[in-house]
Amino acid sequence: MIQLSVFDLSLAALLVVALALTSARSYPGLAKQLLVAALRTAIQLTLIGLVLKALFANSHLLWVGLLSVLMLVVAGREVMARQQRRFAGRWGYGIGVVSMFVSSFTVALFALIVVVGNEPWYQPQYAIPLLGMLLGNTMNGIALALDRLTQSAWEQRDVIEARLMLGYSASEAVSGIQQQVFRSGLIPIINAMAAAGIVSLPGMMTGQILAGAEPVEAVKYQILIMFLVSAGAGFGTLAAVHLAVRRLFDERQRLRLDRLQR
Amino acid sequence: MKLFEARHLSTAALGDLSFFLSESELVCLSGPSGAGKTLMLRSLADLDVSQGSVYLQGVQREQMPPTEWRRQVGYLPAESRWWSETVGEHFPRVQADIFSQLGFKDEVLGWQAERLSSGERQRLALARLLSNQPRILLLDEPTANLDPVNTQRVERLVTDFLRRNRAACLWVTHAADQIQRIASRALYLDSHGLAEEAPA
Repeated sequence: MIQLSVFDLSLAALLVVALALTSARSYPGLAKQLLVAALRTAIQLTLIGLVLKALFANSHLLWVGLLSVLMLVVAGREVMARQQRRFAGRWGYGIGVVSMFVSSFTVALFALIVVVGNEPWYQPQYAIPLLGMLLGNTMNGIALALDRLTQSAWEQRDVIEARLMLGYSASEAVSGIQQQVFRSGLIPIINAMAAAGIVSLPGMMTGQILAGAEPVEAVKYQILIMFLVSAGAGFGTLAAVHLAVRRLFDERQRLRLDRLQR
Repeated sequence: MKLFEARHLSTAALGDLSFFLSESELVCLSGPSGAGKTLMLRSLADLDVSQGSVYLQGVQREQMPPTEWRRQVGYLPAESRWWSETVGEHFPRVQADIFSQLGFKDEVLGWQAERLSSGERQRLALARLLSNQPRILLLDEPTANLDPVNTQRVERLVTDFLRRNRAACLWVTHAADQIQRIASRALYLDSHGLAEEAPA
């Protein structure tokens, strides 16, 4: 594999700087945002590179677990930040974190122990990237679904209540919204699977091929990841939507929009 | 016999309210806007959190599943909502005579819900509510958008319904002549609370 030097990366960085300069006049706010994001990428990825290097040299379950929890906490904050009308209090954070934990960690354990079958199973070279991809996609699905759910419940509160007044149960009253919301959480991953290989070469596979892996082997890993990610994101979104719908109504099946943050 | 009774009903926005409805009784409720008439009806239908106890035929609302409670204690809001394409899709059961009593022909079930006029919406929302056969009707200004002919139709339909089903109705209205026409009793809600109004 051809090693990249700092100079090589600087050349690529020049492209981003060029974009920022070109757009600075017409889109002033965006140029700054772009540069900050690019800088964050460089710093965050360098740091995680160092962390992974240390972790690989010192593969202990405790360290792997610690990093996993840290990733989960950050993903939970991200889910919360992407919602316009999130649940107030602990629920705003809790629904996302619990659903991601249940689905991503279960699927990751299943993949590491049953499918890959490494010795030891928590070998960080496999565990961390796998969990990262699972968490990232699950996070997207959950964030999209929760944002749409709370937003739709808010916009359509009159219709939901009109159905309750006629004796519909809470789940009947939101069933249409719930279906749309679950769909919106799963659409990205369904699209990714449908277009994989034809329109786009998925990033992980591309990386393996660049690193010199045999293409068919890289493809097998990519298929595994696609399946794991769709299961992880799907079950995570399912859990999150279920929890959120339960929280939207109380024990007397009243719509409780007062539980959302203003 | 008390068919429906509220004792010390209160919410964050409502004071301590107590009243009852007897079988076949139509009680009108009036009062200045902002006094909480709509909030009162919503609490009675168990759509908002409220304290105090509410009974239907002696059964406390907490002892009934909320869906059953809302079918029996039917609340008609001032603004009706329609979510499916045709009118008919909003009716779980249809009683043929309801539509003719409200001045509609049977093909109304195929009408586009979006194209209804405000008066049609109001009458059809009442028909939709009555198709649940509730024992209690909580009607929030059910004739506000109606001309005199349709107002009369609605008044007659509701009084017939109450008699036939031995039901009872709490009817919010501001029109003194309407209160005189239909009310067995009248209640008045203002910032001091709920009071029985002497018949005019």
